Amino acid sequence: MHKKSVLLALTVAFLGFGSAAFGNESEGEQNTASHDETVQQETHEHEEHADHAHGEAEAHGEEHAAHDAHGEHGEEKFNVNEMIMHHIADSHSFHILDYTDDAGEEHAVSVPLPVILWTDNGLVTFMSSAFHHDETGHHVAEVDGQRFINVHGKIYYASEEQNAHGGWYESHDGHPANAKPVDISITKNVFTMLLVAVLLLLIFGSTARYYKKNGAVAPKGLASFMEPLVVFVRDDIAKENIGGKHYARFVPFLLTIFFFIWLNNLLGLIPFFPGSANVTGNIAVTMVLAIFAFLVTNLNGKKDYWLHVFWMPGVPYAVRPLLAIVEFVGLFTKPFALMLRLFANITAGHILVLSLISLIFMLSIGWSALAVPLTLFISVLELLVAALQAYIFTLLTALFIGAAVEEHHH
Amino acid sequence: MDLVTPGFGLIFWTTLVFLILVFLLTKFAWKPILSAVKTREAAIEDALKSAERAREELKNLQSDNEKIMREAREERDAMLKEARAMKDKTIAEAKDAASAEANKIMESAKEQIENEKLAAITELKNQVASLSIEMAEKVLRAELKDQKAQTEMVERLVDDVKLN
Repeated sequence: MHKKSVLLALTVAFLGFGSAAFGNESEGEQNTASHDETVQQETHEHEEHADHAHGEAEAHGEEHAAHDAHGEHGEEKFNVNEMIMHHIADSHSFHILDYTDDAGEEHAVSVPLPVILWTDNGLVTFMSSAFHHDETGHHVAEVDGQRFINVHGKIYYASEEQNAHGGWYESHDGHPANAKPVDISITKNVFTMLLVAVLLLLIFGSTARYYKKNGAVAPKGLASFMEPLVVFVRDDIAKENIGGKHYARFVPFLLTIFFFIWLNNLLGLIPFFPGSANVTGNIAVTMVLAIFAFLVTNLNGKKDYWLHVFWMPGVPYAVRPLLAIVEFVGLFTKPFALMLRLFANITAGHILVLSLISLIFMLSIGWSALAVPLTLFISVLELLVAALQAYIFTLLTALFIGAAVEEHHH
Repeated sequence: MDLVTPGFGLIFWTTLVFLILVFLLTKFAWKPILSAVKTREAAIEDALKSAERAREELKNLQSDNEKIMREAREERDAMLKEARAMKDKTIAEAKDAASAEANKIMESAKEQIENEKLAAITELKNQVASLSIEMAEKVLRAELKDQKAQTEMVERLVDDVKLN
């Protein structure tokens, strides 16, 4: 009965999101392709305004060459790829809006976040506002005698001299060739992740306090909402797939992974501060989660599990080494698929919503009649995806753990 | 390719945040919540079981009651039957005894009557015999008053003897 429901869930997941992921892949390629174009185009523009822009950049402390790149030329062309890639990528600040003041100068409003760098001279911390919203390497932040620049969200040591485009770096096809300090800043994603951690601790801490205060009574309020979810993870994910003997050990891990992914997904759907970060659509985050799943699975592997990996019983001896290779590769492809699935689905969702909204800016305000309902529809769908992807990630992790701790009877 | 290149900072923070989160949530949330849920589930199960047990007991009690009632009824019936039988028996015995006694009395009465009758008959016989003798004496005396009659008589007697 339950195997069936698991199969059904997987089928739905693959049908629905396989296509989404596939779409995303091609879209991603397009994006990358045009992104390079964008960069080059930008470089070109920098070159053009390098002469006069540079002088101004130094003159006005508040001015930011990056955002002015288009604005200063008067003809502002909306670049969808750039906007979308900027939104789904990590950032050192929470960008809220840009506005042009009476003098025709463009300003950006954003929430600065702490920058933490491990440099050649030790730990350096400062607020990202030191870059003055610049992400093109035009503004040098001087901290403790060290000079840093921010190019497309990455922090480099600034060069002694400006390059031809006005950036303080040595340019290689538009990309900086400068050395980078180790960047462990509280970026937009890290901030959101910490927020999620705090929220989870508050929500479930208070749920736990409810039981501490009232004893093991029927839940009310927050507890009555959270308890079924917790019990769902315990019974329908952990117990079902790991089995009655071993499951209890893994429930806390599975609960944490489920709610962490889910809440991060949900916060990503909020279009403004403190949401909008694409945490679970970042490959680094999904990679770490997948690595944890991999470690928990394989560190708990029983004798039977390793036997099935390296010397599969019940198969002709000649086939066993071949199967061992396949199974060994399978150990890594499973968490790899976990990593990619979550990353692709969440990123695809963000790209979809942003693309639909971009229609209005690319074409005309009239298109909002189409774009707004469509965005609404996709957003509601994304609410489902947020829960579903958290469920699938947790379910598959539980399945892998279940296979690792299972004891076969031959 | 930035999109699919994991950044070190985020790897570092995700690992740190996730590990801390697993630790803190396990300690302060999952353990208390799960144990409370488990306790309650056990309590509910216990309550259900004891309710079931109580129902079972009640059912047993009811069937016990019924059994006792049935037994009592059976016992009563048996006692009634026994009493009736005893009554019948007593009556029959009494009847038998009475009739036996009556028979005995009748028998002895008959016997007595027979005896009385025999005695009466015997006495009557005796009386008749003595009367007859008396009468015969009187008749004989009357007939044998002259000599001639006596002689004839003797001759007749002698003739009778010859004839025999």
